[in-house]
Amino acid sequence: MIISVASGKGGTGKTTVALNLALSLSNVQVQLLDCDVEEPNSHIFLNPVIEETKPAQTLVPKVNYELCDYCGKCAPACEYNALVVLPEKEVMVFPELCHGCGLCSLVCPQEAISEEPREIGVIKKGRSGDGKIDLVYGLLNIGEVKATPLIDQVKAELNPAKTVIIDVPPGTACPVIAAVQSTDYCILVTEPTPFGLYDLKLAVEVLRVLKIPFGIVVNKAGIGDRKVYEYCAKEGIPILLEIPHDKRIARYYSEGVPFVREMPEWEERFAGMMKSIKEYVG
Amino acid sequence: MRQLTVISGKGGTGKTTLVGSFAVLAENKVIADCDVDAPDLHLLLHPEILTKQEFKGVKIAVMDKTLCTECGTCEETCRFNAIASTEESGYAVNQARCEGCGACVFMCPQEALTLQERVSGYAFISKTKYGAMAHAQLNVAEEASGKLVTLVRENARQTAEKEGCELILIDGAPGIGCPVIASLGGVDLALIVTEPTQSGLHDLKRILSVVEHFSVKPSVCINKYDINEEVTGEIEAFCREKGTEIAGKILYDDTITKAMVAGVPVVAFESELKSTAAEEITLMWHRIERIIQQ
Repeated sequence: MIISVASGKGGTGKTTVALNLALSLSNVQVQLLDCDVEEPNSHIFLNPVIEETKPAQTLVPKVNYELCDYCGKCAPACEYNALVVLPEKEVMVFPELCHGCGLCSLVCPQEAISEEPREIGVIKKGRSGDGKIDLVYGLLNIGEVKATPLIDQVKAELNPAKTVIIDVPPGTACPVIAAVQSTDYCILVTEPTPFGLYDLKLAVEVLRVLKIPFGIVVNKAGIGDRKVYEYCAKEGIPILLEIPHDKRIARYYSEGVPFVREMPEWEERFAGMMKSIKEYVG
Repeated sequence: MRQLTVISGKGGTGKTTLVGSFAVLAENKVIADCDVDAPDLHLLLHPEILTKQEFKGVKIAVMDKTLCTECGTCEETCRFNAIASTEESGYAVNQARCEGCGACVFMCPQEALTLQERVSGYAFISKTKYGAMAHAQLNVAEEASGKLVTLVRENARQTAEKEGCELILIDGAPGIGCPVIASLGGVDLALIVTEPTQSGLHDLKRILSVVEHFSVKPSVCINKYDINEEVTGEIEAFCREKGTEIAGKILYDDTITKAMVAGVPVVAFESELKSTAAEEITLMWHRIERIIQQ
């Protein structure tokens, strides 16, 4: 079973929920995929022993000038303006604009365009200090624009024999789609505030478009107002768990400590949430 | 004209809370919400929309099923796994995955595929109690958020020129990728909002490298600094070592959430108790004004 943990708004507690859930499942093997490749944080809490680091790459065009006759067909074909042909001189490639679709090499009548890999980040694989959780996370290179290919490559490491938990980046755009797609269930984490509610509604729309079943975890319960609860009741969205706004939990988070390790009474609640999700997914 | 972008790397550190208050405190400015996929600033500033503009960011492959012979060339060609066949309905384009590259269109022997423009969001120019505001809403499950950020910034720039404004205040997105980079180009100062947690510190280091990579002057705000004063100390030491100025520190203060629930920037929120956070934000704003003028 593959479970994604997402939220429209950032900083609502996705990583907190993903980690503490992973640590509360004692009788299954868990793999945690941190797909927030722009700002991954799970490893801070797990202190993993990294067993493998490999480059994540995308393909960019490479022009063979012995074959190129500067016909100029590649540049207008590219939807992303990643190529410019200077007649009789050069084909300029802008790798940061390239999506790696391969169309330029398909349209080139001289077969002068091949593709070469370009590193956009790294993928790290390891195990939590206690050996219980497999962790895979991506780290996007500084200055790199597109997170989606790296997210896809982190997800390619998915081990279907395990219970997989995916930590999703914030927002509602393409990186979120890449991370939540093909998951069996999505836990949406929100906080009971106007910002939390507005962004929750957007995230709900995304999941309805993608037809992924979902439920809500209300984090920092007790702050703000009741409107998130009213919205969930009206829409018939299940509230799976409430985590109170608690100084101790905030403190453990700030120290990089998953709070179930210090407050073991929560293990049962996270495990209970997993049980109800399992029953729902069937 | 000066431009300030407020970003954070990590989400939920308080960008929008700060920009909302700066909108009250700054004079003669245009406000731009560049967190286009999850914008929240409008919940504090209540913009009255004056113009609404369609945003056509990306194209999408559209399949004419009457021409399709189910040969499967499109699926083989597509690098984004955006075309697949199902038993019931044959080949179809997955809109959420299609990046609009056109490779399938080029390869289809039946000419059953075409690239079509689609509206992937809206950009707005509005007025608020505190001045003009440029903002947007990306449709859900869309890409090209960076292009929409660029459009919002262009709208803000034109409005500022028309109204003779000297400052553009930009609320950025979380992360370090496409929308963030689009909100950084050519700005005079990037205010990075962080919090004293190990995640906050980790993400601060990464976003600061991005800001430096694009040669923008950074300044740091430590929000909720009393949550963990040891980590606050670590952040301060890190900033000293990097030579990065700390524009201000703000206490954790319930008033911020109360003001948010009331839909008001915290510096304009009338409460029975004096809000320390509001005072600290005001002090920080005056410091930022001076840094920006340098």
